[in-house]
Amino acid sequence: MSTQTPDTDSETEQPSSTSPQERRMAEKQARKEQREADEAAADNEIQGETVELKVFRYDPEIEGKEEPRFDSFTVPFEKGMTVLDALIFARDEYDSSLTFRHSCRQAVCGSDAFFVNGSQRLGCQTQIADLDGPVRVEPLPHQDVVKDLVVEMDHFYDQMESVDPFFDPDETPEDELEEQRQDRENREQVKLSTRCIWCGACMSSCNIAAGDNKYLGPAAINKAYRFYMDEREGENKRQERLEIIEAEHGVWRCQTQFSCTNVCPKDIPLTEHIQELKREAVKQNLKFW
Amino acid sequence: MYEHDVIVVGGGGAGLRAAIAAHEEGADVAIVTKLHPVRSHTGAAEGGINAALQEGDSWEDHAYDTMKGSDYLGDAPAVDTFAQDAPEEVIQLEHWGMPFSREEDGTVSQRPFGGLSFPRTTYAGAETGHHMLHTLYEQVVKRGIEVYDEWYVSQVAVTDEDDPNERDCHGVVAWDVQSGEIAGFRARDGVILATGGLGQAYDHTTNAVANTGDGVAIAYRAGVPMEDMEMIQFHPTTLPSTGVLISEGVRGEGGILYNSEGERFMFEYGYATNDGELASRDVVARAELTEVQEGRGVEDEYVYLDMRHLGEERITDRLENILHLARDFEGVDGLEEPMPVKPGQHYAMGGIEVDEHGETCIDGLYAAGECACVSLHGGNRLGGNALPELLVFGARAGSHAAGADMPEPKIQTGPDPDAEREELGVPVGEPGATEAAADGGAVENPDSDPEAVVEATAEEERERIETLLEREDGVNHADVRADLQESMTENVNVFREEGSLKQALRDIQDARERYQDVYVADKSRTFNTDLQHTIETRNLLDVAEAITMGALARDEFRGAHWRKEHQERKDDEYLKHTLVSWNDGEPELWYRPVILEGDEQTYEPKIRSY
Ligand SMILES: Cc1cc2nc3c(=O)[nH]c(=O)nc-3n(C[C@H](O)[C@H](O)[C@H](O)COP(=O)(O)OP(=O)(O)OC[C@H]3O[C@@H](n4cnc5c(N)ncnc54)[C@H](O)[C@@H]3O)c2cc1C
Ligand code: SF4
Ligand code: FES
Repeated sequence: MSTQTPDTDSETEQPSSTSPQERRMAEKQARKEQREADEAAADNEIQGETVELKVFRYDPEIEGKEEPRFDSFTVPFEKGMTVLDALIFARDEYDSSLTFRHSCRQAVCGSDAFFVNGSQRLGCQTQIADLDGPVRVEPLPHQDVVKDLVVEMDHFYDQMESVDPFFDPDETPEDELEEQRQDRENREQVKLSTRCIWCGACMSSCNIAAGDNKYLGPAAINKAYRFYMDEREGENKRQERLEIIEAEHGVWRCQTQFSCTNVCPKDIPLTEHIQELKREAVKQNLKFW
Repeated sequence: MYEHDVIVVGGGGAGLRAAIAAHEEGADVAIVTKLHPVRSHTGAAEGGINAALQEGDSWEDHAYDTMKGSDYLGDAPAVDTFAQDAPEEVIQLEHWGMPFSREEDGTVSQRPFGGLSFPRTTYAGAETGHHMLHTLYEQVVKRGIEVYDEWYVSQVAVTDEDDPNERDCHGVVAWDVQSGEIAGFRARDGVILATGGLGQAYDHTTNAVANTGDGVAIAYRAGVPMEDMEMIQFHPTTLPSTGVLISEGVRGEGGILYNSEGERFMFEYGYATNDGELASRDVVARAELTEVQEGRGVEDEYVYLDMRHLGEERITDRLENILHLARDFEGVDGLEEPMPVKPGQHYAMGGIEVDEHGETCIDGLYAAGECACVSLHGGNRLGGNALPELLVFGARAGSHAAGADMPEPKIQTGPDPDAEREELGVPVGEPGATEAAADGGAVENPDSDPEAVVEATAEEERERIETLLEREDGVNHADVRADLQESMTENVNVFREEGSLKQALRDIQDARERYQDVYVADKSRTFNTDLQHTIETRNLLDVAEAITMGALARDEFRGAHWRKEHQERKDDEYLKHTLVSWNDGEPELWYRPVILEGDEQTYEPKIRSY
């Protein structure tokens, strides 16, 4: 970049034969040329910079790929580049069979949770610049691999659906145009729990879930929390929810290791929510004594 | 073969709402979607949902604002229906537990939005779309509606009458992405396409990677016209590397746009004297690009959006998610540095031509959501009007497909033999006219028995995919797609000129020719995204061509459509919709008049100034 500052004095001393506008445009032109030269120089520097990706590969159907292995890709690095960008580059430029889920590339669709340098992260939300190279990308641990970085999500969805993941009040206002009132405080209480994008990172990071296939897991318990804590659901439904939550493979399995909370890309305080539900369970049970 | 009463293609906001409505009508309904529903792009919407809920507001005012916003390219029956149904739909979401932002008294909050004469935008933080999508999906789970997720729909099964107006739709053909199985899905009562946007026709877009215009292209090849495709909305503030959207809220709070010279160009160059950064989206987008074209862009590409002066406290309070977006997707700390931004493709106002019940000219074939054009947004969509559209027209399409009684539609659909037609004098292509990639609209069927129609279509699809997979070498679809996207961004962007539009049509034609030699390197049946993206690219070719044809033919300036040679709105000539239809031949461009007579009022075109 040029470090010269424009000399304003000399500007006023210009001969008056050129109009101020012409002068201004000429200066702009000069600055533009300077900038182009600077950028061309900068471009050359960047071209030297690359990032090395080590990507897990597996395809049950293709000869030579049934045995899991790692492939290396060297990708040109650019400022702002994410792990997902690098994967897309590797796929489009080097190997179109490289397979991974992705869509929104902005951390809302939850489809590109991978195991990046030993931690569950969204590919699109992870800046390459923040990682140590080579960048190792693997499918989420503790889930069956379908192909390359794609894992089987059915078990995760089943757990999510097993907690009755829908709002279920006793009654809603008769008038179709009248809303149910909700306290701002109550909304604040459930707000963080509603941010879940179903990426499955938490489940994959959880040792308990890895050992107990029936354990509801942090995401499903968080989903139950979202409705259990909503003051507008009726007593019966709350009781039903509590039973689901505290059943054999529910909240009591959690050993508060915080791994789910640590990996959640939406910063949901999962462990805390599980703890709160444990306290609820104790409180409710005491009532029955 | 799978069989249901109603098949909904797509699990975004429109698809989920349609499925719930069909289910409530008593139909056995299934959703077939290439992404699991919660992965749909509706989840990315930030701003809010418009509906006239409060005292002092009325559906008539909402309709008026919408029509004016559309630059008088909306159809009144659609606009009126939309504004009338929106309040009930939004409150229904509330009844379903959507976590809306609330007022002190516990009622849902509403805020002001661009182009609205009343603060009628309900919202849930800055994640309205996420909450709406999840709330709708929860209701689908509650009702036990069947979802075939990660199934890619590539064709509709229609009968092969000569006239598209006489065809019937009996189902779809889809393949299971995970296993590669190709199957027919018979729909006893109707098929609803709800496949979302087409932003991937551009190389810089706020849209998801999955938004490839599939439904629009599928319906088009079956004989349904595409309507007002040239009307593409560009958003002025998107991050340069990814296209991730930086909400208008930043400028609303006082964010400032600078060029590379450090000049606050909206004022210094007089693009907008009063509103400055908050001028309407098209004005700001044009100003930014002018700066870049005249050499005052940063890295010849973008400008800066600065919010540092707002102070850390205000930023974290009101714009926290913007800090995350800038940090995560561009590596920029919005508290310390200005954010780089440039215009990006954002929304398709045009799409599959439907009437106000969501039905196309093909009996039993419906469309809803961003892929459809009931002609609500016309030349310019107001922020916050797309989400209620999904609800209102998703629900109507769902009920109608499931057999609900609806009055005669006021909006006409289907190719019109008497319409005024236009020759463009530039070669345009036959959609997917290649052996491997070929498919006609309607398969030649032995008879019109519905099951036979579906099976014949499925068989044709199996052969086509077989051929594609058998090729041992050729062109990689990613190269074709990249060239197409680049040409669209270069030539059919915010600024449009006759010469570059013609250039785009030649580029598209060239891409079509190269696409004939396309091949799929990945030979696996398991989760073959290479194959899927190859098929999607063909869809992008079709929609890109229609966008460009429409833009070339419409030589006026209306809404988002700006033509260098014609910088004025021409109401005498252009109060009409552009239609592109293809019927086993070449694409044909023709027009149909806009309907300005509504329920309560006839909308008189006025100059759109705010
Ligand atoms: C960043 C962003 C912010 C926005 N903010 C707002 C806002 O604040 N307010 C507002 O009103 N609007 C907003 N919009 C617009 C609005 O969000 C979209 O128009 C709307 O969500 C589209 O919904 P949809 O249901 O039509 O499509 P989508 O949500 O995209 O769903 C499409 C579905 O179709 C499926 N599908 C696609 N192709 C196939 C195929 N071939 N086979 C099977 N399934 C298929 C996909 O899997 C997906 O489930 C925003 C848009 C963007 C991009
Ligand atoms: S709780 Fe967090 S980590 Fe778990 S699925 Fe939801 S968003 Fe992902
Ligand atoms: S691509 Fe959607 S979360 Fe990363």
